[in-house]
Amino acid sequence: MSEIYIAKDKFPSVLGQLMGKCPVFGPVLQGKFHEFGRLERPEDVDLGYGNTRLSPKALFHPQAEKMFDFSLSKGDPEAGILKETPKDFRPRVILGIRPCDARAFQLDDRNFDTDSVRDPWWVRRRETTTLVGLACNTPGSTCFCTSVGTGPFDKTGLDVLMVDVGEGYLFQASTKKGEEFLAGLSAGEAVSGSVAEKADALKKGAEGSMGTQFSVDAIVQNPTLDLFNAAFWDEVQFSCINCGTCTFVCPTCWCFDIQDEVYQEKGSRIRLWDSCMFPLFTFHGSGHNPRSQKLQRVRQRFMHKLKYYPEKYKGGVACVGCGRCVRQCPVNIDIRHVARLMSASCVCPT
Amino acid sequence: MHAHNPYLPELATVKEVIQETHNIRTLRIVLDDEEKMRRFVFRPGQVGQLSVFGVGESTFVINSPPSCKEYLQFSVMRAGEVTQRIHQLSAGDPIGVRAPLGNGFCFEELKGKDILFVGGGIGMAPLRTLLLHMIDHRADYGDIMIIYGARSPQDLCYRYEFDKWREGKVDLVLTVDSEFPGWKGRVGFVPTVLTEEAPSPHNRVAIVCGPPIMIKFVLFNLKELGFQSDQILTTLEKRMKCGIGICGRCNIGTNYVCVDGPVFSVAQLQGMVPEL
Repeated sequence: MSEIYIAKDKFPSVLGQLMGKCPVFGPVLQGKFHEFGRLERPEDVDLGYGNTRLSPKALFHPQAEKMFDFSLSKGDPEAGILKETPKDFRPRVILGIRPCDARAFQLDDRNFDTDSVRDPWWVRRRETTTLVGLACNTPGSTCFCTSVGTGPFDKTGLDVLMVDVGEGYLFQASTKKGEEFLAGLSAGEAVSGSVAEKADALKKGAEGSMGTQFSVDAIVQNPTLDLFNAAFWDEVQFSCINCGTCTFVCPTCWCFDIQDEVYQEKGSRIRLWDSCMFPLFTFHGSGHNPRSQKLQRVRQRFMHKLKYYPEKYKGGVACVGCGRCVRQCPVNIDIRHVARLMSASCVCPT
Repeated sequence: MHAHNPYLPELATVKEVIQETHNIRTLRIVLDDEEKMRRFVFRPGQVGQLSVFGVGESTFVINSPPSCKEYLQFSVMRAGEVTQRIHQLSAGDPIGVRAPLGNGFCFEELKGKDILFVGGGIGMAPLRTLLLHMIDHRADYGDIMIIYGARSPQDLCYRYEFDKWREGKVDLVLTVDSEFPGWKGRVGFVPTVLTEEAPSPHNRVAIVCGPPIMIKFVLFNLKELGFQSDQILTTLEKRMKCGIGICGRCNIGTNYVCVDGPVFSVAQLQGMVPEL
């Protein structure tokens, strides 16, 4: 697979030309935090960022999205006929996404794009998007990607991996889409031996700084019912306030609600992020709720990510170690701690 | 390309509405696309999402038998926003439907067996589709017994067709929770009547649907009668949205009730996390 080097002083003009060809999204500083947004000017992008506060999942699965529009107007021959809301599916580039977040999309693909059913919007956006990721030279203190099967330089979910080697960026394509992306860039030099060496050293340094913080294999081996009935959930759930922040910032939390909204004689069927932290998520019309207790909801979230998902899809936990939930939980619940509890060899109530 | 959007309902029209009880109505609906209606096939026990445009969607079992090609029948208990609006529909009104969804009953494996249906209230709906399918193919099945109960005689669904069921050579035992003037059937809760009737578990499969508390005690009493876990089937309820295993809310462990269910054997449930 091909690779090129672009010096930082030339990069804004390369990016400007790219933006002339297709919409480009990247990390943009908004107030105190970085978020993914459409770049208007090359200088909008901030590739010196750590990571965004929200994951980039909204670029594929928006927090609120119209699915269908309809008219309820009496006498309208098309009243009550649902029409797919037009969407922008132009080819686009997401620049500077972290390898963990790109990997998360592949984990989500297993839900949205299966042999039996395909989510049309998710699939279409995935097909038309080129992911140009930015390797993490200095992983954050809450990052643990290397414990969950990905890494700061992982190319698995990316079309192109960018490495910041100081004076410039190394671009390494790993897919056909990535090759096409590199071929379309106006500038680019051959990669010198010293750049390659530097990138390699950065990779080793970043990976070495993280280590393995818990054993995913041990969780997979523990029987589901033993984990479900474990005594530690009571301790884990104690401080949780069911705010749902962990699920909203998580790149592998995809659950959604579907609602009809009507204004005057026009309506839309929309889908919205939902959260297993909320009691209403599973509340039956009859009043019965299979997860009426906070403990049940907290357990569901961790069990889904670390036990149900690997069991259902035969491999890989539904967590990429981005650390957002750890950083942003208002009561300091730490998935690494929960994973260690779940990976203990005996989880029987004592 | 992406020709089929799995979230897009088919347009249909309500043909007939039957008031079953004070809070349950049955809708007979027909897909507007005649070709699709003719080609529509499903398994007894599969469900559909009914849409009232501007209000939303909810999941209900298709309770007509697969042999019925004239309409699809759904029975709806008034409980929340969507069911409230479904109850306001009358013949000629449009409705959206996404169906069939879910797994349905493994009726092929029930051939040659004696059958016991145990239903409570609206729980008779998923049993009705299988019952009528079995009556359509009566020679394939052995003895068929139904124990069906409700709070009062007025809370029993499908009263107008009980005689027809009996003509299909089924033993129909009806019960209500307490004495009512003019009531000639049994009096008592479904689990108690089950124990009194004591159907033999030999070569028999029990199919149970009703409110959670009824299911709990029926399962207990079935075991007392000698039924094994793999001889008992039940259909589960969950709050559902997408109906196609994507939106993530109807899971029990690794199973999504909308796709892997709603029909499960008790043996299957015993291997799943207890979150019903």
